[in-house]
Amino acid sequence: MTLDPGAFREAGQAALGDENLRRALSRLKTHFALGRAQAVERYGAQEWETLREQGRAIRDYALSNLDALLEQFERAVRAQGGQVHWARNAGEAREIVLGILRLHGARTVIKGKSMVSEEIGLNPFLEANGIVAVETDLGEYIVQLRQEPPSHIIAPAFHLNKEDVAKTFRAAHGELDPDRSLLERSELVAEARRVLRARFESADAGITGANFLTAEEGAAVLVTNEGNGDLTRLLPKTHIVLTGLEKVVANLEHAAVLLRLLTRSATGQDISSYVTLMRGPRGAGESDGPENFHVVLVDNGRTGMLGTEAQEVLRCIRCAACLNHCPIYAAVGGHAYGTAYTGPLGAALNPGMLGVALAHHQPNASTFCGRCAEVCPVKIPLPKIMRHWRAREYASGLVLKTTIRGLALWSFLAKRPALYRIASAIAAGGLKRMSRNGRVRALPMMRNWFLVRDFPAPQGRTFQSLWANRK
Amino acid sequence: MDARPRVGVFVTCLVDLVRPQVGFAAATLLEKAGCEVHVPAQTCCGQPAWNSGADRHAADLARAVIAAFEPFDYVVAPSGSCAGMITVHYPEVLANDAEWLPRARALAAKTHELIAFLVNMRGMKQVKARCAARVCYHDSCSSLREMRVRAEPRMLLASVERLQVSELKEPEVCCGFGGLFSVKYPEISERMADDKIADAQATDAELMLGGDLGCLLHLKGRMQRKGINMRVRHVAEVLAGQGSEPALGE
Repeated sequence: MTLDPGAFREAGQAALGDENLRRALSRLKTHFALGRAQAVERYGAQEWETLREQGRAIRDYALSNLDALLEQFERAVRAQGGQVHWARNAGEAREIVLGILRLHGARTVIKGKSMVSEEIGLNPFLEANGIVAVETDLGEYIVQLRQEPPSHIIAPAFHLNKEDVAKTFRAAHGELDPDRSLLERSELVAEARRVLRARFESADAGITGANFLTAEEGAAVLVTNEGNGDLTRLLPKTHIVLTGLEKVVANLEHAAVLLRLLTRSATGQDISSYVTLMRGPRGAGESDGPENFHVVLVDNGRTGMLGTEAQEVLRCIRCAACLNHCPIYAAVGGHAYGTAYTGPLGAALNPGMLGVALAHHQPNASTFCGRCAEVCPVKIPLPKIMRHWRAREYASGLVLKTTIRGLALWSFLAKRPALYRIASAIAAGGLKRMSRNGRVRALPMMRNWFLVRDFPAPQGRTFQSLWANRK
Repeated sequence: MDARPRVGVFVTCLVDLVRPQVGFAAATLLEKAGCEVHVPAQTCCGQPAWNSGADRHAADLARAVIAAFEPFDYVVAPSGSCAGMITVHYPEVLANDAEWLPRARALAAKTHELIAFLVNMRGMKQVKARCAARVCYHDSCSSLREMRVRAEPRMLLASVERLQVSELKEPEVCCGFGGLFSVKYPEISERMADDKIADAQATDAELMLGGDLGCLLHLKGRMQRKGINMRVRHVAEVLAGQGSEPALGE
């Protein structure tokens, strides 16, 4: 499956016709949105608002002091015997990871879920360089077997139903007994565990992401529900934390506030099954942990958004609440976006990361209904940032000529009330005359409106002309 | 409460063009609420330009609306979307215009969605109207999330004789109109409309009411295309006692 953000409308149309996908996406409401709503209710709606405000302030503080915090983080990690690497872009990040693996002679890699890994296209790159990388997050493992990208930032296989997963396992696990039942979720989990356990035990290196980095303690904080993150970081000799450099916060206290926001917004859990602090290699006298500990900090367009109208999207803690409440995402799913980050987050982030020319469809794929901003735990004004990208799109000539001309003509009229009154009176009368049975069925210059709906017949006169004659 | 405030009605370009009846309903309700109603020459709030990223066009139109409406005590629109454009977005549109920004803020501070204005600013608690129908109410996203209007239309509808409101299961979900979104991504818009219409049909309502003509034209147009016979009209029409006149597209 290839991803192409330029083909959003076509991919969206295909997705709309996919009944299996529709069934899977219908669970967004029952699975995620409901869970979040209940978690917020348990926490207390007012207290939740206070917490969101704290979260916003913590992230803003971090973004305003990014340079200092990152350097502090680097010093702390070094002091604990770890190493920190800086990647300006996706290519550098891939090379750095490969270099670390080669340095330690690693040929097999196990991975915890990492969106930055998807962002930089790490797996195909490692494969091309002779390194086998196996995903260990259940959803991520499933989509890896299917050679698909994840369709949701916290639930990579959300577009699939359990029958799809059973089929995938039967196709990929050659030694699997055909009579073995894979009807229940628990049976699917057991099957994945059976295969993955051996991978964990034999891997040379583990790669995980991080939800937060704390500058003071030099810790990477990781939230998981399956325990795979801990096996990934503890069993192999080498552990690489791969993450975006904006994930840094001042200290663990700040991270703790964000954790409260993150899991409730994401899965509706008060806390995830595992919260792991990763602070460097195994110390003297410690019985477990990796021998080598590396952190790769990826910029890839992030610092370019600092100081712009898009800066606030860098507050994001990747909870996916915006995806889970987005009617566009709910209609087309994640793959249609053609990028690693999808939904309102993707629409606000990708133009900054990939360029407006490549990602300009995404910020247009919004009604600005505002639910994303309403549920965002760190109050990112997502529609406002999408609109900012639309303005950049408009200014850089990426908008269709017909749209530009249409807006210019409409604006010309709208700036001249007297002329506008005449034009709108003609339009109202014309539409009324063209209507049959209370509706207009087609108009040449409004093709896309009439593709899916009629236009209810106007009453025939404009309000302003009727009002003028009223007395 | 002012004795008799001067209210400039921002009728909205869609009401002006398609459904003047809503403008008259708004005027009737405002007069009942003791307001002096004025309709200055007007065109559009500029939202299509702003949401398209055509910032210069949007700024031109914002300045024109401000100039036309700043003489009044209040600006009232029978639309959460256009009222939201003025109250929330005009200060953004003119953020870099030192002369006009204070004027944008001043206008924003006195602009209201019609029903919320009647209830919250004029103390209207009931209307004298009759409409024998089971209805559902469609909250527009701008009314709900930008203008914080939710209880007000329901409160006034509760006083309408013989009218019964059945709530949608998902009133906070967008109907898929979204202005130019409806023509940029018609297929997604269609899916969202169908979901909303299915929700409305499940309430057994025979009439859908709403406070924003944009959503209503989109939903009614989709119903017409699909041959669904639900009636649709602006809530102000019912509250002003016009509930027995032809609904949208009749």
